[in-house]
Amino acid sequence: MTAATPSFQRARRARSVIPGFGLTMGFTLFYLSLIVLIPLAGVFFKSSQLGWDGFWHVVTHPRVLAALKLSFGAALIGALINAVFGTLVAWVFVRYRFFGKRFFDAVIDLPFALPTAVAGIALTALYSANGWVGQFLEPLGIKVAYTPLGVILACTFIGLPFVVRTVQPVLEEAEKELEEAAASLGANRLQTIVRVILPTILPAILTGFTLAFARAAGEYGSIIFIAGNMPMVSEIAPLLIIIKLEEFDYAGASAVAVAMLGLSLLLLLLINGLQIWSRRRHGQKT
Amino acid sequence: MTADASLQDPPALPPEFRPEGPLLHRNAAISEPAWVQRILISLALLFLLGFLLLPLISVFAEALRNGWVTYKDALFEPDAIAAIKLTLLVAALAVPLNLVFGIAAAWAITKFEFRGKSVLISLIDLPFSVSPVVAGVIYIMIFGRHGWAGPWLDENDIKIVFAVPGIVLATVFVTFPFVARELIPLMHEQGTDNEQAALTLGASGWKTFWHVTLPSIKWALLYGVLLCSARAMGEFGAVSVVSGHIRGQTNTMPLHVEILYNEYQFAGAFAVASILALFALITLALKSYLEWRHGDELAATRRH
Amino acid sequence: MNIQIRGIHKAFASFPALDGVNLDIESGELIALLGPSGSGKTTLLRTIAGLEFPDEGAILFGGEDIANRPVRERGVGFVFQHYALFKHMTVAENIAFGLNVRKDRPSKEAIRQRVNELLDLVQLSGLDKRYPTQLSGGQRQRVALARALAIEPKVLLLDEPFGALDAKVRKDLRRWLRELHDKTGYTTIFVTHDQEEALELADRVVVMNRGRIEQVGNNQQVYEQPATPFVFDFLGSVNILPGEVKNRELRFEGSDDVWDSESKETGLVDIYVRPHDLQLVEAAAPGLDAQVTLVQRAGAVIRISANLASSGERIELELSHLDTLARSRQPGDAIRVAPITFGLFPRAPHRQPKTLPDVVPNAPAESRERAR
Repeated sequence: MTAATPSFQRARRARSVIPGFGLTMGFTLFYLSLIVLIPLAGVFFKSSQLGWDGFWHVVTHPRVLAALKLSFGAALIGALINAVFGTLVAWVFVRYRFFGKRFFDAVIDLPFALPTAVAGIALTALYSANGWVGQFLEPLGIKVAYTPLGVILACTFIGLPFVVRTVQPVLEEAEKELEEAAASLGANRLQTIVRVILPTILPAILTGFTLAFARAAGEYGSIIFIAGNMPMVSEIAPLLIIIKLEEFDYAGASAVAVAMLGLSLLLLLLINGLQIWSRRRHGQKT
Repeated sequence: MTADASLQDPPALPPEFRPEGPLLHRNAAISEPAWVQRILISLALLFLLGFLLLPLISVFAEALRNGWVTYKDALFEPDAIAAIKLTLLVAALAVPLNLVFGIAAAWAITKFEFRGKSVLISLIDLPFSVSPVVAGVIYIMIFGRHGWAGPWLDENDIKIVFAVPGIVLATVFVTFPFVARELIPLMHEQGTDNEQAALTLGASGWKTFWHVTLPSIKWALLYGVLLCSARAMGEFGAVSVVSGHIRGQTNTMPLHVEILYNEYQFAGAFAVASILALFALITLALKSYLEWRHGDELAATRRH
Repeated sequence: MNIQIRGIHKAFASFPALDGVNLDIESGELIALLGPSGSGKTTLLRTIAGLEFPDEGAILFGGEDIANRPVRERGVGFVFQHYALFKHMTVAENIAFGLNVRKDRPSKEAIRQRVNELLDLVQLSGLDKRYPTQLSGGQRQRVALARALAIEPKVLLLDEPFGALDAKVRKDLRRWLRELHDKTGYTTIFVTHDQEEALELADRVVVMNRGRIEQVGNNQQVYEQPATPFVFDFLGSVNILPGEVKNRELRFEGSDDVWDSESKETGLVDIYVRPHDLQLVEAAAPGLDAQVTLVQRAGAVIRISANLASSGERIELELSHLDTLARSRQPGDAIRVAPITFGLFPRAPHRQPKTLPDVVPNAPAESRERAR
């Protein structure tokens, strides 16, 4: 009975006709704790051995700060590029017809499917001074490989599908009537796009942007090949963790890891907040 | 007898009004002029070409730069074969683990109501927002020589990090949510009516799952397994931390690519990379096929 | 199998879905549970099936308490509102499911034979190899029924059996279900929010509201002698007029004429009169003066809306087109109206002026809640 549904579900917890709750829930929590929660808690614990001062000392070290800044800064720029071009790609895919659309649509997910190491060496080969693209950029004085620019490039690559894949379904479901209404009320096409369409897809763009940002900030494989990894210039935070591990500085490594985790969790909260906000705003149900 | 007018073909419309014609073909009020469309399409495709297709093509081009023989030699070298075998072994262990977990988690989450459900879903998604390197580090902190369990493991001569179990663990972590994420929205949408119907007809819980639930989620399951396997075989960061890079023993394909690349054996590196790229292309093809053929039986939330 | 329901309470969080329900159902009866959304009718049906568990109370099948028996041991045939057919199985496989999962599974041949019998019974012979998606709504409904009947249930339960069908199919299926019931003789309970469906199909109608049973009776009883204002209102439209009872005499507000009242009520009352229980009378006869505001002719029925002269309250009348006084009435005409039969209930404390209801009875929960 519809009127009873909300409370109905809360009460079903007490007793349900569907069997298997204990078994599946038990296994879920056991496995989740074993693989994810306990190991993650372990890192926090390890870094807490440093004490607050020690932790602060590690993460504010100029080299660490520079690495964190590069990881998150490049990820931010990459995500911004993706927000613009991802929306454009989604728009073109949903609204226009052209040859090879199906193919391109499938290829969008390549950064999900292609191992990051492969992407890394491919991008490096392309954008190094004698690569297919690099040879044209070199005379212009633009160096991509082995500079922060290369890090941004890799960040853009691996974040590319997120914005497209979050915006695409929203655009598909957007009612054409809204645009027709705007047109009938005398809005020109640009006004319709800016005032009617953009607000509709903005939450999706933001969600995609944040997802791309979060993914790129922690990225390692596709970046290290193209970055050059010069301390203070093109060294990313995950690499610094590995360097600290190789020096057997476990506490230092875990401190940087915790700093990254903290920043990522902040992003995760932001994503959730955005989703709740957009759901409220559009009155959608989960 | 005169022909009934209504039975005759209507007079031909002038070309611009025919259905294929420009006016009826698109709703003029909510579309852009053709030249704008062309510019936007070109921009989008140029972006995709530069960022996606060129890197993909370059992998194969670099791999074959020195000809077939070098390519073949790089692939059939013992270390490369060992890497391929290990990669497949790791995927074969990690994917079923996450498959079972995904089904259990989706069952608990979608068939029952309980407090803290959204927290649980967020926790399952958590590994997606953890840097792969951090994912590797957390296992070093526990199982490494200086980790919590390190001394005990040493005493009992059990090797986890810098050995296959560590690689499997790290891979399980980074591919943790894949299957569950595909199943949860779909099973949520399907509700519990079918299971209840099976129960009223006298089926046991196990039979209900096997004969009723499983057939209705099989395509989504396959989809999740596909994405999970692709990531499991391609994972680099997390595995790189825990593997120890022992050639022929704890080297997966992506790690082998790195080693060859750092030794300036570019042709070899790209040869192994091309195999991984091929896997990726097969994954994309299968994925597109599943979306096209069984899109309605996948979670409706993300697909068209 | 007769069913006794004793003191069933069931709360969802703080919301009482069933609040002390008692009901006796005879073997072979066809019972309708009728009520608006949120009245508890589906919860009651699911509780009988074993898909929900009561907080308190007993359910007896043939004298045996089965309130704690799991659903798979109850032997109920349940037809879900949206049928819950297994999409990946053919019609035949769907019907055979309950036989196949049995511990003492019949032979393949026996199952095949039973499936064919059932297909015959629901008039779907020849469609056994189809998949549910290849069937029409009415056909799916009948497959769901056949599947439920395959396990030879002790009782057949149907949740809104015709809810998802269009009007024409609905009417046909209704008649067909009645015939099927008469042929097979299963004790059958179905849930509906459609009063016409309940009255036409069921031996007895159980009218529910807010987790309680308002009235149990055959269709004549619930329609002609509604026990409560709710039943009056829910089963058909009604005019509610204020009045007063003194010494077994009823007086309408704004009229000096007196009607006999056998009711025990005294004091201020609400008088419930159905639109077709009002008639037009000559100016001298006892009645209420009113002014016509709207006349609609719908087939053999003339619908007149009028405002009472005394209070301005709006009333609705349904008159036969043969009624000489009703013919050629125009808006603005003065008429005199008298009730033929009516129901009396003590005056509700804060009766709202009767306006158009802003919520339809079957509106989704959210809009109902907002309206409250």
